[in-house]
Amino acid sequence: MTEPLLSVRDLCVDYITTRGPVRALDGVSLEIGRGEVLGVAGESGSGKSTLAQSILRILPAPAVITGGEIRLEGRDLLAMSESELRTVRWSRIAMVFQSAMDALHPILTVGEQMRDTIEVHTSLSPAQVTERVGELLRMVGLSPEHAGAHPHQLSGGMRQRVGIAIALALQPALLILDEPTTALDVIVEREILEQIRTLQRQLGFAVMFITHDLERMLQFSDRVAVFYAARLVEDGPASAMAAHARHPYTRGLLAATPSLHGAAHECQAIAGAPPSLSAPPAGCRFHPRCPLVMDRCRVERPVVKRDADGHAVACFAAE
Amino acid sequence: MSGVTTGRMAGLAAWKAVVRRDPRAAAGAFLLLAFALVAIFGPMLVGDPQAMVGVPLQPPSWQHWLGTTGQGQDVLAQLVVGTRVSLSLGFLVGVAVVAIGALVGVAAGYFGGRIDAALSLLFNVFLVLPGLPLAIVIAAYLPSGPRTVALVLIVTGWAWNARVVRAQASSLRQRDFVAAAVVSGESDARIITQEILPMLSSLLLAQVIGSTTYAIGAQVGLEFLGLGDVAAVSWGTNLYWAQNDSALLTGAWWTFAPTGVCIALVGTALSLLNSGFDEMSNPRLSVEHPWRAFLAARGQVPARSTPVVKSHD
Repeated sequence: MTEPLLSVRDLCVDYITTRGPVRALDGVSLEIGRGEVLGVAGESGSGKSTLAQSILRILPAPAVITGGEIRLEGRDLLAMSESELRTVRWSRIAMVFQSAMDALHPILTVGEQMRDTIEVHTSLSPAQVTERVGELLRMVGLSPEHAGAHPHQLSGGMRQRVGIAIALALQPALLILDEPTTALDVIVEREILEQIRTLQRQLGFAVMFITHDLERMLQFSDRVAVFYAARLVEDGPASAMAAHARHPYTRGLLAATPSLHGAAHECQAIAGAPPSLSAPPAGCRFHPRCPLVMDRCRVERPVVKRDADGHAVACFAAE
Repeated sequence: MSGVTTGRMAGLAAWKAVVRRDPRAAAGAFLLLAFALVAIFGPMLVGDPQAMVGVPLQPPSWQHWLGTTGQGQDVLAQLVVGTRVSLSLGFLVGVAVVAIGALVGVAAGYFGGRIDAALSLLFNVFLVLPGLPLAIVIAAYLPSGPRTVALVLIVTGWAWNARVVRAQASSLRQRDFVAAAVVSGESDARIITQEILPMLSSLLLAQVIGSTTYAIGAQVGLEFLGLGDVAAVSWGTNLYWAQNDSALLTGAWWTFAPTGVCIALVGTALSLLNSGFDEMSNPRLSVEHPWRAFLAARGQVPARSTPVVKSHD
């Protein structure tokens, strides 16, 4: 296998609180290949967004990265200085935020904000920048005239498109989408995701797509990683996951989601609630809710084991 | 460290927590408390500051700890009585200026439209008036005394606070939580007092501190120029008489140095306190405390990017 675009190894992130550190990511390892679309799924608080933000080193206080490494094209992001990080952020890794519609400056026009991004990182002439702005807006399904609009004049979907256009302005190798469509209706959501997928095929960037909509993710991604209570529980090709998810939690998630395609099935909720990260259960963190729980699960932490097809799972029952 | 420090704590408990953690705020609180005690109880412990108690211009001695003035009065007695006058006037003006500024500023920012236009015009006019020169002119015309000084400082001092509060209030007015309060049927008065003012509390406290510092300095300045009541005892008149008696020429440093030091100390104490206020009204800052301590213990300081501390590799 060639060198992956991004490789995360044993990443640990702690939130330092008055009651001591709370581990928000616990020994997470995963890889994203060039041009690959990786979906990251999990419940709120499972560590999805923490992972995305730690890759860019933009986690706010009181977060501390306490272990592991994050390599982009072989370079360790955790060892980089502020100025080195600045050259990576946006030009190599760009991000569309959870509420990209609010990430736009309210009193600057869309075009001015796009120009800013381009001018900071490149040495294009003003005319070339204008042209690039128009090109980017067309790319995301808007027209160059929208450059003169203020954010409040655009709809939520249009603003999200602008967010994506700004993210793609510098042709990043990796685009992180942190629940990019949660505030949009399903039709706009679908349009935008299709647009991203088309652009991704054209331009060849890799995507890390974070959502809790598993069904959507399985359609959209090449590979899917599932998080539970700060740990990676399963990671494999989307098709294999859809057909044969191995971790009981993933299966539970799939069973709880109505499928728009394939045979109808009764939706089944996973009993219980995710554990508190300040006092997580011993052993496998899913064991209190797991239908396949064994004695071993209560005491021993299952390690992530990867088979020949690149399907990895952290579960004793799946071995 | 124990208990919940997120969210807003009751006033005194919050103060205790801040003072315990922040040595600057603790130093400021201690200093200010000392001055407050002197202002409240000091005048009972010293004699009449106006009485002629000894030979004029004696240096500090066991009999007169801070020496005597050019009129043979006890410098310590004058300093202590002056502390009461100057501090109370300073805080009165500081609070009044901020209260007026907050009232006018919030009204302008919250209601907008014509009310905003009228009030903005008003404080913009006051803003372009040069503060201290105007204060000198007004003080020269009105009967001299602490009341005049306070009035003059309030009239010339409130506009800047109003201007700042208006900007903040009109920005808060646009926030979703204010819109939600409007939708849920809260009255304007309730929205202003429950939604907007708490968000301004750190700003207003900072303004009280800044305005009080300014008021003490300006009051001393006016009185030093002889625009106060020179027969009264305050920090400003102490300096006025020291100057009048050519203290610098005769080398009688004890007639002005103690007052000067006190003015500087009060200013310092107020500035130190400011950092504590900031933390009290901003829950985010206090949440960061354990995080900062964690990093400091590992030789790191918070930077723009998420810190990396590989402690268990």
